[in-house]
Amino acid sequence: MTPKRIPLALRAAAHAAPARSKVEQQQISISVVPLADAATIVVACRRGLFERHGLDVTLSVEPSWASTRDKLVAGAVDAAHLLAPMAIAATLGAGPLRTPIVTALSLGMNGNAITFSRELAAQLPERAGAAALGAALRERIAQRAQRGERRIRLASVFPYSMHSYLLRHWLAASRIDPDADVDLRVVPPPRMVERLDSGAIDAFCVGEPWNTLAVQSGAGRILLSAREIWGLAPEKVLGVKLAWAERYPETHLAMLAALIESAEFCDAPENREEVARALSKTLGLSLEALLASLAANESPGAHVFSRHAAGFPWRSQAAWIAAQMLRWGQIEGPVDGKEVAERVYRTDWYRQAARRVGHDAPSEDWKIEGAHAAAWAVRSEAGSIAMAPDHFFDGRAFDPFQPL
Amino acid sequence: MPKLRIALVDETRERSDELAKALEAEGYAVVARLAGCEDQAGRLRELAVDVVIVDMQSPDRDVFEDMQQLSRDHPCPVVMFVEESDSESIQAAVRAGVAAYVVDGAKQRRVKPILEVAIARFNEFQQLRSELEEARTTLAERKRIERAKGILMQKRSLAEADAYRRMQKMAMDQKRRLVEVADQVIAMEEVL
Repeated sequence: MTPKRIPLALRAAAHAAPARSKVEQQQISISVVPLADAATIVVACRRGLFERHGLDVTLSVEPSWASTRDKLVAGAVDAAHLLAPMAIAATLGAGPLRTPIVTALSLGMNGNAITFSRELAAQLPERAGAAALGAALRERIAQRAQRGERRIRLASVFPYSMHSYLLRHWLAASRIDPDADVDLRVVPPPRMVERLDSGAIDAFCVGEPWNTLAVQSGAGRILLSAREIWGLAPEKVLGVKLAWAERYPETHLAMLAALIESAEFCDAPENREEVARALSKTLGLSLEALLASLAANESPGAHVFSRHAAGFPWRSQAAWIAAQMLRWGQIEGPVDGKEVAERVYRTDWYRQAARRVGHDAPSEDWKIEGAHAAAWAVRSEAGSIAMAPDHFFDGRAFDPFQPL
Repeated sequence: MPKLRIALVDETRERSDELAKALEAEGYAVVARLAGCEDQAGRLRELAVDVVIVDMQSPDRDVFEDMQQLSRDHPCPVVMFVEESDSESIQAAVRAGVAAYVVDGAKQRRVKPILEVAIARFNEFQQLRSELEEARTTLAERKRIERAKGILMQKRSLAEADAYRRMQKMAMDQKRRLVEVADQVIAMEEVL
């Protein structure tokens, strides 16, 4: 079915703004994976924000990150809801299909939690924070080894994911070797709850609403929100092929502008219920779980879509991700983190798109990651942007210019 | 040369059967079907699988991507799709909905013919399905045309042939398909 198309002139008159320059390609397809943090893209579709910028967007719902990457690389979709590390992995050739993929937009911060099976949760402290929970888990691991029991099985969603890196960071800082002391594997989110329930895995780190679903079904308990590991961690990005972005610059900017507007809408507490409904309808996820996932206060996901410069693709975060790939042996060094970050994270395009919709943007491309235990501010084009605490639980900040 | 050992991950049972048959006919050994299996890595190891062929739409694909990281589990793990530079093969595979993973040291170039068989089978299956779909639609459409014809015969006291000709003329005048005209007649009937 072709949606009814309104002539550009009429559309511009009706909304008295955007669509300033003509897009090269009106018909665009964007892929999303069924997760709460697909909100910005789904809501932009349902509220007609893409149309306001002259785009006619079709959503393609993908069952896996691997198929997301393949379709993006093969050109079957134009843009994708992507795990932030995937753009860097594809550019560096970690994993199959080496292709330069870039991002000019972060789709939000936070969103993950770690859920434990009933059995393991009963042996660990609740609401203890990342350090105390890590220490308790380490004790359990030692006990099990002594008794000759099998290793604890932990799952994340993809080798190149923030889930995997946050989990590994937490384990390593708790003096648990993620590659030796535990059995770390990948389980697709739709299978996480049943595997936790059946005892095939003991804990998982996954994005919402899957933690909430595990709790609601009684399969497990959330003992740690990922933001307790890293206060304001990057998560998904909007990925496009570099070649595509260079060929369709106006289309790309229009898409970014619509998504920046959408993120602002998604962030407002009074809109969260509408966001949950839109996600539930489009992606077939439980509304009850999404309402809990996206609750403005005290939700396990603690999603931030727009505030605190959440949409800005900080190059220092790209450098942190590249450093994790090196740290865990996914790529071989030497890798120039600064150069990779500049190639993959296009802050220049973000600023252009933000200006178009009157949204402020940071003036710097880099910051020290995890250096702030309290609220702070960054310099921006319009003055300053309020930032939230962003510290790592182990207190070690990441300086992109001194990564080690 | 010993037969290459293949595992299939495809929840569509029918297609999986067809593909297994085709691969066996080409001289490969299909040793496992692993869709939804809890310990896929363990099974691959036990069965000494060389190549895994996965349905593109299976959520399990991410598990096989992870095997690249599981060097501790596999002697010579390579995860691959098709030759990286070969974007046409990638597109063909994406269109057909099939991906291949080399898991146990089989030479990458030996995967290409396997993938080609799989792509061909997936395409055939797809075509079969769309033909079936088409046949079904045609049947459904014919039923609606019959129903509209019946309405016209009753309401306008027309003979069967005249009712049909009237709909044909409407379709020609309005440059629409016959079934669209039929739907219009049915809709009118439902309103009145």
